[in-house]
Amino acid sequence: MSDPVTIQTAGVAAGGEVQETTAPGSGKPRSLWQDAWAELRKQPLFWISLALLAVFIVMAIFPQLFTGKDPAFAELRRSLEPPSAAAWFGYDLQGRDVYARTIYGARASVVVGVLTTVLAVLVGVIMGVIGGFAGGWVDSLTSRIGEIFIGVPYLLGAILILSTVAPAQENPGAVLITAVVIIVLSVLSWPIVARIARSSLLSVKHADYVLAARALGASPGRIIFRHLLPNSLAPIIVVATISMGSYISAEATLSFLGVGLRAPVISWGIAIADHTDYLRTALHAMLFPSIFLSVCVLAFVMLGDAVRSALDPKLR
Amino acid sequence: MASQDDVILEVRDLVKHFPLTQGIVLKRSIGAIKAVDGVDFDLRRGETLGVVGESGCGKSTLAKLLMALERPTSGSVRVHGEDIASARGAALKRMRRNIQMVFQDPYTSLDPRMTVGDIVGEPFEIHSEVAPKGDRRRRVQELLEVVGLDPEHINRYPHQFSGGQRQRIGIARGLALQPEIIVCDEPVSALDVSIQAQVMNLLDRLQKEFNLAYIFIAHDLSVVRHISDRVAVMYLGKIVELGADAEIYDHPTHPYTQALLSAVPVPDPRGRENRERIILTGDVPSPANPPSGCRFRTRCWKAQEICSVEEPLLQVREGSGHPSACHFAEVHDVVHVA
Repeated sequence: MSDPVTIQTAGVAAGGEVQETTAPGSGKPRSLWQDAWAELRKQPLFWISLALLAVFIVMAIFPQLFTGKDPAFAELRRSLEPPSAAAWFGYDLQGRDVYARTIYGARASVVVGVLTTVLAVLVGVIMGVIGGFAGGWVDSLTSRIGEIFIGVPYLLGAILILSTVAPAQENPGAVLITAVVIIVLSVLSWPIVARIARSSLLSVKHADYVLAARALGASPGRIIFRHLLPNSLAPIIVVATISMGSYISAEATLSFLGVGLRAPVISWGIAIADHTDYLRTALHAMLFPSIFLSVCVLAFVMLGDAVRSALDPKLR
Repeated sequence: MASQDDVILEVRDLVKHFPLTQGIVLKRSIGAIKAVDGVDFDLRRGETLGVVGESGCGKSTLAKLLMALERPTSGSVRVHGEDIASARGAALKRMRRNIQMVFQDPYTSLDPRMTVGDIVGEPFEIHSEVAPKGDRRRRVQELLEVVGLDPEHINRYPHQFSGGQRQRIGIARGLALQPEIIVCDEPVSALDVSIQAQVMNLLDRLQKEFNLAYIFIAHDLSVVRHISDRVAVMYLGKIVELGADAEIYDHPTHPYTQALLSAVPVPDPRGRENRERIILTGDVPSPANPPSGCRFRTRCWKAQEICSVEEPLLQVREGSGHPSACHFAEVHDVVHVA
């Protein structure tokens, strides 16, 4: 048995020598993903955004941890009362606790941001990979379909679809309202992911290692999943993380305009919309949801930035 | 000389034209790049055929055709009598076990996201019948040892190796399926000269050890001479001269071969004074519109009327003991040092 102390020091030495991975015998072999992770770990921006996002995610899953109050409980006589010891963020127009509503509002934003990204990336990558790998008329077809959606201005398209689809439902539940917003946002944004996936795939499609795999008799599925996707994933991940923030702000914008999320869903965008008329008399009712919204979007964008600089070897 | 039975690869009248199209919506064909235009040769077991020629003469396209990575416009590539160029599906996959490739650039021919073990083991995953699952890791380590790499490095990634080591990994991958033929497309031209020799010696050793047949494509004449038993000289998609290495290097009969050889650096200063420099004028004609008759006539000092009318066939001629595609083939030792 070897001495555990030497093993430990050897481990520390190997961890410290980030550049020395090429020297024979020293350090553990690292993949490019592990290199990116090591790069990511060094960035304070990454840790700040991760901490913020962790708070928002916990807030979305367990809002009860942050507030004991019922966000739906309304006391009209307290309408627009300013912040106090009893209600840190004051009361809104309906006399509901702004702090509780702001905490509960995180769920809608995080759910919309994450699920829209998942859906958009899923559809976008599938379409991009099909087009990029098949080429020819299939590529033209998928690209043109994407251009139809990309040709519609993002917000205008969302307003159009939401304002025509939404009234069809008499009394929709929170889940249905959120699902409609998520679907509309992802329908309008998957072509961006598809374009990036396609161009990224094309840049590695003719690499010699893909040719080598073909020469070995590899199936198209194997070439796509073992060679093309792992090598073209980096830009997709970057765009996905950055766009998560933009989906959240798009949701807030749509809710503000009255076509996105609606009651009974609690959302920062709705809270902002409800209190624009009381800006001068009761700023608090709008200020706190706005701050939360900005910080949440900022956290996602910062994370995307950190991921990009870790994955892009040119920035290293 | 090996008997006719030992022929394991027969290439017959191989043609690859890449269509040139114009227009975006309505594409119409306005001609074709004649990358490979009627190539014939045989390859015997354990033999090395060198293929030389300048950039753009169709060497790499030829390699891709042999590997069935491109479909030929016409002609056939027979491996043990079976045409790989028209094979598909399972038959093609089975035939691929017999012919493998080593690529030019060791920096792009290895997937950067895979470990060496995964790269060299991929042939076993694709052809799962070759090695049982539990046996693969050991087989990969054996292969690494065969090509002179440390088997302990099986979990490393390509970026942790030098160019020469990477090329060894590429060679190990090519050997995995125990093919009889390996197509080497400029396997050393991306490496430092000192490393080139090591890799050449490795290829030499592996050939003897496994009785491999090589198609060795290169533009470096001295590298090709070192390793080849026979040499084919290509110009604009055609083989212009084909013979044993001594025949090509010491008794070239085609003017293009003579011009190529006259450009090889001679290490001996006295020999350098003796040798003759043949400087060709003009550029290589476009492969989309090659000259009539002999393709080399536009740059040839021997060109006569007949050269523009009648295409010289690659055959043994008066004045040339080995196949040469020139109406006026005659031995002309340009180097004068042999």
